[in-house]
Amino acid sequence: MKDTLTLLARVTAHPDSHCWFLAWNPSGTLLASCGGDKIIRIWGKEDGNWVCKSVLGDGHQRTVRKVSWSPCGNYLASASFDATTCIWIKKKEEFEVVTTLEGHENEVKSVAWAPSGNLLATCSRDKSVWVWEVDEEEEYECVSVLNSHTQDVKHVVWHPNQELLASASYDDTVKLYREEEDDWVCCATLEGHTSTVWSLAFDQSGEQLATCSDDKTLRIWRQIKAEEEPGGSKKDSSWKCVCTLTGYHTRTIYDVSWSHLTGSLASACGDDAIRIFEEDPGSDPMQPNFSLTAHMPRAHAQDVNCVAWHPKEPGLLASCSDDGDMAFWQYQRPE
Amino acid sequence: MVGGSQLENANPLIYQRSGERRVTAQDEDEELHDKIDDREIFDLIRSINDPEHPLSLEELNVLEEVRVKVNDEEGSVSVEFTPTIPHCSMATLIGLSIKVKLLRSLPERFKVDVHITPGAHASEHAVNKQLADKERVAAALENSHLLEVVNQCLSARS
Repeated sequence: MKDTLTLLARVTAHPDSHCWFLAWNPSGTLLASCGGDKIIRIWGKEDGNWVCKSVLGDGHQRTVRKVSWSPCGNYLASASFDATTCIWIKKKEEFEVVTTLEGHENEVKSVAWAPSGNLLATCSRDKSVWVWEVDEEEEYECVSVLNSHTQDVKHVVWHPNQELLASASYDDTVKLYREEEDDWVCCATLEGHTSTVWSLAFDQSGEQLATCSDDKTLRIWRQIKAEEEPGGSKKDSSWKCVCTLTGYHTRTIYDVSWSHLTGSLASACGDDAIRIFEEDPGSDPMQPNFSLTAHMPRAHAQDVNCVAWHPKEPGLLASCSDDGDMAFWQYQRPE
Repeated sequence: MVGGSQLENANPLIYQRSGERRVTAQDEDEELHDKIDDREIFDLIRSINDPEHPLSLEELNVLEEVRVKVNDEEGSVSVEFTPTIPHCSMATLIGLSIKVKLLRSLPERFKVDVHITPGAHASEHAVNKQLADKERVAAALENSHLLEVVNQCLSARS
């Protein structure tokens, strides 16, 4: 397991503050970081070094918790503790606020763009998930308020190619939503974690979902396709926990990232470490085995808050921490 | 200091404060690296004010040295606190004050865990979960009203 994860660079991203989250743009040319200093920074590579290309400092009054790029790469959405979500448009090197989405009662914890680019989801400590529709005039309209969770909603993420939305919550569950006759409905609740679910990630096919929790475990869920019922009505497919990775993490797991290029699964942990897991070749899809292939203790000086695989370069991983730094890693899959 | 005119626990038992730390020859030896020990952590937090009584958390027996555990090498601190009554509505605020005091005082490499003494509070699990959620703690500390209340608990009494 030695030398499978190599540090490429370490950059102070949010000095004297927490760096909460990172997001690569779809082409992988830019990385957005956000933090407790209320600022979003956009990073690009110049002569082999990561440099700050833009500072987005006038959008939010409080911590910027998460950011998300639109599938076209021209827009960035930012979720803030100030209860708003800002939509930024990229104009050459500069970014401008197009609109500010209001409505949540308190802290917005996460934001995510659907693969079509026409829908956006936000979630909040107010226990709700909102689905927003974007029209041709760049007007954003809330089309649904989903109140299925009973506690603070931590994270939202869309299926890689369908209009299926997933959310993770302080109520220990994960919920899935889809549109049904012009309204959005909760179509599945994934129960199993015994404490807060902090983040989730779909695999490339969207048939599997990885979740991470304050209970120090990672869980892998698999979609079980429903059979067509006689009479034509279609039942919802269900999700089954097919694997629990337990005993690897010593504190809360704050984030999980599933590489759509290599299938590698990375975790960000409150014990300052980054870990990478691979599914064993030839393991049964209904009972897969995952092995730890990299463990970087003290990857950061404090809690690791986020891990993000590069969308185009296999094995390139970015991470960020409460220490305000972000780091870039090269992962070499063991032979 | 906060809350209504009616005190939740009007006549709490008052405990004696511990004396000053006894300084040993080893402590005075400048050549030796002094590890942070349980007593040092206890000294940081024992004078935190109770939100409703003009008494310290030590005087109310909310904090005791035996319920403080530090591991300097691992960079971990664990503190258990005992609310004076099992339905104390101030439990989260007291725990938050302890957490903030330690986060401000200790080097950043320390992980600070603050829990209710097992069995000492009706909503023990909920309070512990809230205190362990660093995102909610961060959001709470951006609330200027709450921060003021916490700072009051942490300010030295005249």
